[in-house]
Amino acid sequence: MSPHAQEQDPTNAYQSLSETTEHDDPRWAFGSGFEDVQAEIEAPVPDGADAADLAEYCLMLGDDALICSHRVSEWVSNAPELEEEVALANTALDLLGQARVLLSRAGHVEGAGRDEDALAYLRGEAEFRNVGLAELGDDLDFGVAVARLLVFSTWRLALLSRLRDSRDPVVAAVAAKGVKELTYHRDWAARWALRLGDGTDESHRRMQAGLETVWPHVEELFRTSDVERRLVDAGVATDPAATREEVDAVLDQVLAAATLTRPTLPGRGTLGGRAGRQGAHTEALGHVLDRLQSLARAHPGASW
Amino acid sequence: MPEETQALEAQFDATVAADRRIEPRDWMPEGYRKTLIRQIAQHAHSEIIGMQPEGNWILRAPSLRRKAILLAKVQDEAGHGMYLYAAAETLGVDREDLTERLIDSRQKYSSIFNYPALSYADIGVIGWLVDGAAICNQVPLCRCSYGPYARAMIRICKEESFHQRQGYELLLAMVNGTDTQREMVQESVNRWWWPSLMMFGPPDGDSPNTQQSMAWGIKRHTNDELRQRFVDMSVPQAAALGVTLPDPDLRWNADRGAHDYGEPDWAEFKAVISGSGPANAQRVAHRRRAHDNGAWVREAAQAYADKQAARTKEAAA
Ligand SMILES: [Fe+2]
Ligand SMILES: [Fe+2]
Repeated sequence: MSPHAQEQDPTNAYQSLSETTEHDDPRWAFGSGFEDVQAEIEAPVPDGADAADLAEYCLMLGDDALICSHRVSEWVSNAPELEEEVALANTALDLLGQARVLLSRAGHVEGAGRDEDALAYLRGEAEFRNVGLAELGDDLDFGVAVARLLVFSTWRLALLSRLRDSRDPVVAAVAAKGVKELTYHRDWAARWALRLGDGTDESHRRMQAGLETVWPHVEELFRTSDVERRLVDAGVATDPAATREEVDAVLDQVLAAATLTRPTLPGRGTLGGRAGRQGAHTEALGHVLDRLQSLARAHPGASW
Repeated sequence: MPEETQALEAQFDATVAADRRIEPRDWMPEGYRKTLIRQIAQHAHSEIIGMQPEGNWILRAPSLRRKAILLAKVQDEAGHGMYLYAAAETLGVDREDLTERLIDSRQKYSSIFNYPALSYADIGVIGWLVDGAAICNQVPLCRCSYGPYARAMIRICKEESFHQRQGYELLLAMVNGTDTQREMVQESVNRWWWPSLMMFGPPDGDSPNTQQSMAWGIKRHTNDELRQRFVDMSVPQAAALGVTLPDPDLRWNADRGAHDYGEPDWAEFKAVISGSGPANAQRVAHRRRAHDNGAWVREAAQAYADKQAARTKEAAA
């Protein structure tokens, strides 16, 4: 590629084709969208917090985002309208950005030399810490996708808005940026819940069915793990149980406006008290990881 | 021809000749309108169908950074489709109708997307060669005589150049990786090189509409001119990657100041555009499936909007 001297013309994209300049445009660098947070990733573990707990907590929040992003990404080229194509890809991208920073922080705090990719691609199912809702498949049923994102984003927004005060600088930074992103995701899901719930008979039925599919995974969202309990005391984590009232209020408001009924289904049972936060997953996660990790695992030592 | 039409046509010709833009409310010859609708729709369809080969790898992208790049790229393509359908709509057609024509195979899209994306190197090669060829085709369209199309292209071309650079950067990383990765890159270049050259359309001698499109200021260069430009641009880039372009006739011609290159397999090109490429049936079926699966959602949105409008009316009454 030899640099040509070409006249400056804003419409001349040929120019960039033969440029060899350093790529200083933020779009080109293509990081996680959290470049300003990068410096914080190596910040010391806050006083009073246990490093292993913090690493695990970052995995919880990061895995929720990574796995949910994967599910949302399944919609690419399958959405009902182009506007939704863009909105869903954007949502997946936001969550992926959050995941990347949180996994990087987890890897740093753990201190075993694992980076975001080692954590995303080389862990087995039982080492993932996401909640069941994030891994729930939707078989490209838009009703399920909307219901899942409505619940997930309402809950995550409640968590992140509290985590803006976290004593961990990375968690706080992800929360600060994530609140804006999740507000948009929740708004998108709520508007679709309204349209589907109060649209046609078929859409009402399918949106209601979507809620029923999602509902068994709701209770887990408000269960506090031991790691979280200890980190709440250290001022790093927030107690998910404390978000229940807010999440319920938002969901009730959306469901009522959408003429939908709040399901009364029981929560999914645990494995002897263990669920996603303890690495006990549904069968779906294995299939997600089969796809997500296949190429990276097929080429050990490769650099991409 | 009535006198009034003659005057309008003279005005249209003068606008085009002066390199100014025709806007949606201006008078335009029916053939111009039809040609533009067909070309813009085909272009929009290409953006949307083009999401499939790359979408095929989003879930399996080998690093989170690569996944983010690919997701953002495919999202851009959906946006390009939107701008282009909107530009087509200024000519009196609508997106829903154009989509029907795509999934009924009454309208075409770029031949290139009828080839499968079989390895992750293809993601890099598609960015480098396919987006690169698209840019060569599209940059002149930024000065197209039809205003809305020209403006859409300015926006699109900027994003396409990121795609091209990101693709190339992936290939650089891969050729600096393992032997297997280098082999993947070469194998992918071997498969995509000729189809990329075909993206510029048939040779000039076999492109009957080119002269009219050039007279109308829709096209600025012939297919062969653009193809030559692409070849000349790609050769040094291939050398920098350390890959071979699969053309034994490719060599620098000092007299012409350009590369000579072999003849693409035009029989294959014709077969692909007439529906029998390696992935035609799959691409159209995928698009139709997504469209059909979304019908109930679009109906719901319409029903909801109608109800809301009725409620607003009621409240106002
Ligand atoms: Fe594009
Ligand atoms: Fe592109």
